[in-house]
Amino acid sequence: MEKRMKLPDTVRTQHDLILKDWVEFQLTATTLRRDLMKESELREQSREFLSLVGQALQNGSDIGDPAWKPVKDFLGQIARSRVAQGFTPSETAMFVFSLKRPFFDVIRGTTKDVKELDAEMWAATVLLDTLGLHIMELHQQNREEVIRRQQEELLELSTPVVQLFDNILALPLIGTLDSARTQIVMENLLQRIVETGAMIAIIDITGVPTVDTLVAQHLLKTVAAARLMGADCIISGIRPQIAQTIVHLGVDLSEVTTKATLADAFTIALTRTGAGITKSGAARSKE
Amino acid sequence: MERIPILKMGNFLLVTVQVDMHDRLAMTLQDDLTGRIVKDRAHGVLIDISSLEIVDSFIGRMIGNIASMARVLDAETVVVGMRPAVAITLVELGLSLPGVRTALNVDKGVEMLKESIEDKARGNGHLAG
Repeated sequence: MEKRMKLPDTVRTQHDLILKDWVEFQLTATTLRRDLMKESELREQSREFLSLVGQALQNGSDIGDPAWKPVKDFLGQIARSRVAQGFTPSETAMFVFSLKRPFFDVIRGTTKDVKELDAEMWAATVLLDTLGLHIMELHQQNREEVIRRQQEELLELSTPVVQLFDNILALPLIGTLDSARTQIVMENLLQRIVETGAMIAIIDITGVPTVDTLVAQHLLKTVAAARLMGADCIISGIRPQIAQTIVHLGVDLSEVTTKATLADAFTIALTRTGAGITKSGAARSKE
Repeated sequence: MERIPILKMGNFLLVTVQVDMHDRLAMTLQDDLTGRIVKDRAHGVLIDISSLEIVDSFIGRMIGNIASMARVLDAETVVVGMRPAVAITLVELGLSLPGVRTALNVDKGVEMLKESIEDKARGNGHLAG
């Protein structure tokens, strides 16, 4: 049977003292970021956290207990706001870990017996370590969330399908093509072909840094799918190095019309759809 | 027994697949269509698969086969109205139907057929003259 700890009572009775020490300590610590956060905000957060911990401690120091939920929620809030403010993980974790010294100070001040002191210190350390690790984890989760959201946004942003003319669509590809992106590109393109009734789609790969066999295969898949929908594809924007790589890799692009520039591709697309470009008289005389 | 209707439109035959194709249905269509091409002396076949939502490798291959058979019987074949999802599935299955002509909808398919039949007629006339 665990002996009743004094920590809950100590935290409650010495609340003001701990808070004062803690805030002072945080204000002098090297991890303080005055550029990111106001002192009043820090004071407010510290006060609220300490009183929540004080309440939760009345129900034992196991943070899996439902009584600790408010504390965890509050830590979640802090982690979220600090991620948004640009704190590093250790700066965030120091918010909890800096509470150790004030805790130890009051424990030392109220406990005389050595054995008891040891047990109290240990309890406080375990508690603060668990909370510290918890806020670290939350910090990490928030960061990952940001990365995932950005990835999703990138996927949507980077696959526009634009209409150049009646019956002609262009698909400027930027960045590396992997399976997931190819799938989205393909779906977008096919959907737009249905919507616009386009007969020709120009896939411009000027913005694709490298073309390996996999990327080439993805491109050919897109071309094949568009053809099944009755639209011809032209691949344009092939840089000299990429032309060399394609041939070295033995990728067969003979089934597809390829052009060096988007302008060439557009011209041939216009010709195929029965349209054409003529220069006006003024522009002709300038030449 | 369930059958896919084959309609005659001038020189062409129009096949509209309105139900999900199962294997037997595809086999029946193959028989019916080749028979009708010969009987009606059709010069073009339009296969409209705009209602087809689910394809597997067998149906994919059958579509390709039917189109190739029609071509052997001297009828230009155009597959029209394939849905994006079906197109992606076929490509992923490795069935990109090489040699089969495709168009977005029946309208464009008819146009395509008319053009190619005119071309052919001109070519034949040229050879005869």
